[in-house]
Amino acid sequence: MQLIYDLPALLFSTFFDILPIAVIIFSFQLFVIRKRIKNLKKVLMGMFYVLIGITFFLLGLEAALFPIGRSMALQLTSPEFLESVRITAGALQWQDYYWVFIFAFAVGASSTIAEPALIAVAMKANEVSGGAIGIWGLRIAVAVGAATGLALGSYRIIIGAPMHYFIIAGYVIVVIQTFFSPKSIIPLAYDSGGVTTSTVTVPLVTALGLGLAESVPGRSPLIDGFGLIAFVCLGPIITVMAYAQLSAYKNARAVKKLKLS
Amino acid sequence: MNNSLHLFLKSLLGSFRDLLPLVLVIVFFKLFVLQQMPADIFQILVGLMFVVVGLTFFIFGLQQGLFPIGESMAEAFAKKGSVFWLLAFSFCLGFGTTIAEPTLIAIASEASKVAAQAGVIELTEQAKDNYANGLRLTVAFSVGVAIALGVLRILLNWPIHYMIMTGYILVIIMTSFAPDEIIGIAYDSGGVTTSTITVPLVTALGVGLASSISGRNPFTDGFGLIAFASLLPIVFVLVYGMVI
Repeated sequence: MQLIYDLPALLFSTFFDILPIAVIIFSFQLFVIRKRIKNLKKVLMGMFYVLIGITFFLLGLEAALFPIGRSMALQLTSPEFLESVRITAGALQWQDYYWVFIFAFAVGASSTIAEPALIAVAMKANEVSGGAIGIWGLRIAVAVGAATGLALGSYRIIIGAPMHYFIIAGYVIVVIQTFFSPKSIIPLAYDSGGVTTSTVTVPLVTALGLGLAESVPGRSPLIDGFGLIAFVCLGPIITVMAYAQLSAYKNARAVKKLKLS
Repeated sequence: MNNSLHLFLKSLLGSFRDLLPLVLVIVFFKLFVLQQMPADIFQILVGLMFVVVGLTFFIFGLQQGLFPIGESMAEAFAKKGSVFWLLAFSFCLGFGTTIAEPTLIAIASEASKVAAQAGVIELTEQAKDNYANGLRLTVAFSVGVAIALGVLRILLNWPIHYMIMTGYILVIIMTSFAPDEIIGIAYDSGGVTTSTITVPLVTALGVGLASSISGRNPFTDGFGLIAFASLLPIVFVLVYGMVI
């Protein structure tokens, strides 16, 4: 069983990922704050759980989902597959990549839902907003944004437009939304972009970008393979603000109705 | 004992539900679109079990370890009242968590290949390694600065949206001057820096600070650190591309 053999090595490498953080925390605690940590035993146990958790999480993903996801991204973008499902005649058009768009959207959304960092932020946001931000509401808003971003980014690679036009357009939308969104949501919305792209999403997104850049004629895997993550980061900022605007609008309407009756 | 077992089973179930959409998507595409059977069903099932158990442990550890330590440190710094040490801690946290980030290492090495192919650097292993290491240092440094800047914002109550917009304007201006091959890498470097361990810790730091300074609201002021950590690397990497 390959999994069992990989376990010690991965445990080791995750340990070294956590080590610098632990060193920083404990040396500041020891030399600057100079106070004993409350519930030290519990905190250490918690860090140990995090170490075990991330190790098993990555090991399982690497055994079960990533190889299939990666090979699937390559298969869906391969010329043979595209020939077999195409809907236009002549040279391949961007419409013929419809399965790629559906795949990008579905994988973008579902991998975001499984992202541990997002779960952490959603839990915290729910706690400090006094329940006003729903855990699932936030996670679904972020997932929709990441999914749309990934589909749009794939479209960008296929048609070969310069990526900064899309990103700048995204920035303009964010700036406009900022002025119309409830003020309290803005920091969380800006955060949600960076939170999305982590352990689960990045490997799958990278595989999709690589597959597209290799198979679409005229694209270079080295240059065009980059840029998808930026799309996945930008989408959630827009959808989280939209989610807040929508809930504010619904609340305002409910209040109005209440006053009328 | 019975109670904690019940809690554990409940969170296992929760982790399973978190993972289910991804499994369904992959199964659907494998069976119906590509019309293939997965080769090793047994390994996949064991792997999925690992993922579910791992996620459960992670969330347990988050609530017991990472969140409390982040918040208690923020509180201790706020009580101590030394802005210098707080900023030094924030910088170290950002720098330290990013420099070892596996995704960043992978992207930096890919980027060095792009640079070598575009003729920006020589086609030797030595030149590529230097370029990749330089890029990693640049990104880690920028995340350190970003977290410190974000903490300063919480302390001084600066409006976040003007700061982020300034960042956007910087990115747009620099994009027009930066060499083409660095743009994709720069834009991506913003997203890959924030890992599964950094995010909860930094979030707890921000929320903890905002809760312990009077006049700040943990929800409206505590978030926003990650936003700086995903914007500033873009600016710094674009500069790196222009300088090299």
